[in-house]
Amino acid sequence: MTGFEPKIIGFLCNWCSYAGADLAGVSRIQYPTNLRIIRVMCSGRVDPALPLGFLAEGADGVMITGCHIGDCHYIDGNLHAKRKYGLLERLVAKAGLEPGRIMLDWVSASEGQRFADIVTGFTDQVRELGPNPAVTDPCVKLNLMAAKAAAEEYRLRALVGKEEKLVTEGNVYGEEMTQEELDRIMEEAVETEFTRNKIRLILSVKPMSVKGLSAETGIDSRIILDHVVALRQRGWVDLHEVQGNSPVYRAMEVQ
Amino acid sequence: MSEEPRIGVFVCHCGINIGGYVDVPDVVEYATGLPDVVYAEPNLYMCSSDGLQKIQEAIKKYELNRVVVASCTPRTHEPLFQSACEEAGLNKYVFEMANIRDQCSWVHMHEPKKATQKAKSLVRMAVAKARLLVPEEEPEIDIRPTGLVIGGGVSGLTSALSLADQGFKVHLVEKEDRLGGTLLKLDTLFSSNVKASEVINPLVERVKASTDVTVHLDSRVADVKGFIGSFDVGIETRGEPEMLSVGTIIVATGADYLSPEGLYGYSQVDNVVTQMELEQLFKEGGRLDGVKTLVMIQCAGSRNEERPYCSRVCCTEAIKNAIKLVKENPKRDVYILYRDLQTYGIEFSMMEYDAKKSGVKLVMYDKERLPEVTGGERGPMVRVYSPLLDEELTIETDMVVLSAPIIPNEDNEALSKHLKVPLNSDRFFMEAHVKLRPLDFATDGIYVCGTAHSPKEVAESVSQAKGAASRAGIPMAKGRLKTAAITSVVDEAKCSGCGTCIELCVYNAITKNERGLAQVTSAVCKGCGVCGASCPERAITMRHFTNEELEAQGLAALKEA
Repeated sequence: MTGFEPKIIGFLCNWCSYAGADLAGVSRIQYPTNLRIIRVMCSGRVDPALPLGFLAEGADGVMITGCHIGDCHYIDGNLHAKRKYGLLERLVAKAGLEPGRIMLDWVSASEGQRFADIVTGFTDQVRELGPNPAVTDPCVKLNLMAAKAAAEEYRLRALVGKEEKLVTEGNVYGEEMTQEELDRIMEEAVETEFTRNKIRLILSVKPMSVKGLSAETGIDSRIILDHVVALRQRGWVDLHEVQGNSPVYRAMEVQ
Repeated sequence: MSEEPRIGVFVCHCGINIGGYVDVPDVVEYATGLPDVVYAEPNLYMCSSDGLQKIQEAIKKYELNRVVVASCTPRTHEPLFQSACEEAGLNKYVFEMANIRDQCSWVHMHEPKKATQKAKSLVRMAVAKARLLVPEEEPEIDIRPTGLVIGGGVSGLTSALSLADQGFKVHLVEKEDRLGGTLLKLDTLFSSNVKASEVINPLVERVKASTDVTVHLDSRVADVKGFIGSFDVGIETRGEPEMLSVGTIIVATGADYLSPEGLYGYSQVDNVVTQMELEQLFKEGGRLDGVKTLVMIQCAGSRNEERPYCSRVCCTEAIKNAIKLVKENPKRDVYILYRDLQTYGIEFSMMEYDAKKSGVKLVMYDKERLPEVTGGERGPMVRVYSPLLDEELTIETDMVVLSAPIIPNEDNEALSKHLKVPLNSDRFFMEAHVKLRPLDFATDGIYVCGTAHSPKEVAESVSQAKGAASRAGIPMAKGRLKTAAITSVVDEAKCSGCGTCIELCVYNAITKNERGLAQVTSAVCKGCGVCGASCPERAITMRHFTNEELEAQGLAALKEA
């Protein structure tokens, strides 16, 4: 991989990490030029759909940095960042992308050197991984787009949003959940939402039968059928035509 | 803004800070070709009054409705450029910055080509965001008319009194069991030789007598929550917690002195002391009577690898004490061994002149060949190589006095974390900007003065303390402050009333309205964006940091020129 310069996008919180990055500058600490910084007020602002979108569009790596746990300018925004990053990790894995292309870490306003070290380390790590396969492999790109769409859907967002409360206070029936139980539910939901969005994306390009979808995705046709039924109920997919004995489905425009 | 974006891009050289590493004309030319950019120009210093005027002229001449400045960091300069835009009739939220200094030229000093490429990229990202920016209205918040001063030394006492004089209530938190700080340990102060007690005692008395200042001795800051106008500060007094509600905070925690263990025979050879200990001997009197020869050694533990900074006050303090010693007894031999004598300014230079006239012997030493102190028969023996004479001198002395530097407090680290304000590489507190905001932290409502900030003498600390109190007084006198319009907004058409955002908001800024849908109280919202990033229906927009804006920035970053 000679001459490969990774494109890296970094979300930095305004109060700690962005200030830490400024301090690296004031202290003239040198680091690689690959990083492009997007300033956000809080690391908890980083909607997992944003990094997934950038990865789908060819970013070689995305890093998120916030205030140290316990030091958040917004009290616990970085804890939310951590929860959201958990979903991002699951979806990146589901999309088949290397986990090393994303990173979450903490940098305080006084840690210019630490910031530079983190950027250098992450840049080297991504350089080692090579170019993002989504650029050349349409399957990976499709997966990432499906992952992004899943991150934009109600179910996963609601689960992540309620995660803290479900673990600490329990559900509406007062039943507390262990983190393990919640992780299992989350993993199932991620699998379901990812697959459904992938089916929808495939059908938006070209109407297909369940069998065709099964061949395209490598997923058992009975599972595909379940998803297609659910997608029809949501109004995301509808019957396009019947070829022989097989119904062919198409994706609907969703508002 | 429904009108077509007309963007002006202004690229700063920042002297050589940017221009020395980034090809600024190239960046300007590149910016001209970006979508919706109708004008671009460079300036040597965009933040100078000339630079700001150029921006305002261009806004009028080219009918700009968005402005991008590519220069330093928005953390220090965004307000300045925003108010320049406002003066020229633009809403401050149609302004965007590209940080091509702190996050580009300064961190890529050895890669000018790549730095230029990155600067273009950062400008492209800023323009991409600027195209989507819209004008915003700012909500107002109340400012509690109570200040917190952390530290009860000369700086803290001065700023507490100044706040009280301005008509505010003050909480003064001091970690020791008495007020006064370092000045309690000093005998006299240069350059007037006034007794330190004559300076500090009246301040302590006035603070004790003031009904507006509440003093908390033996106390430490344990926790800080909130923002300018409404900080909730948890303190601990001898283990007892207490909550203080204040509008502003002044950090006046002072500094410590190095105990130069092992340096020049300190705590190994008898009669090797520090300047601080000499001050104590002056105060006690008597023990110096038999001292016929005395050698002072400057930079004892500073300006080395571990502590590269100059402690600033030690040269003048040594001169002051040397003059006092020879004036007390003209037969005394007093030497000052120095590397570079920093008696800055006319006043202190005159003291150096006085010292020479009074017979104080100034001997320069070489940092590659430091003086040595060993135990002799009479007292410490000092060997020093003088590069001017090119010979080694041996001085038999009665006493050696080390000018040990002022060092940052050990608890600076913890306090900086509580307040979320930075320390510099020497571990002193760091101001928002050395010239533009020398007494403010980048975090609104928190200010700094005295030796907590850097080594300095008493007059400088007092000036800073009064300055910091004035700065803190501004928002408290106004009573209300417009806060950033960076808040969340709910699209009721999309909101399902699930309540996720209400649970997540730590400021209780979101409530359910009569239709059961989420509603944001803008003045309470602090703009973190957690609600927006979590909303299952994606019904919440973060003003000034919308999904579309962030997406545009990221996609622009991926589109290499």
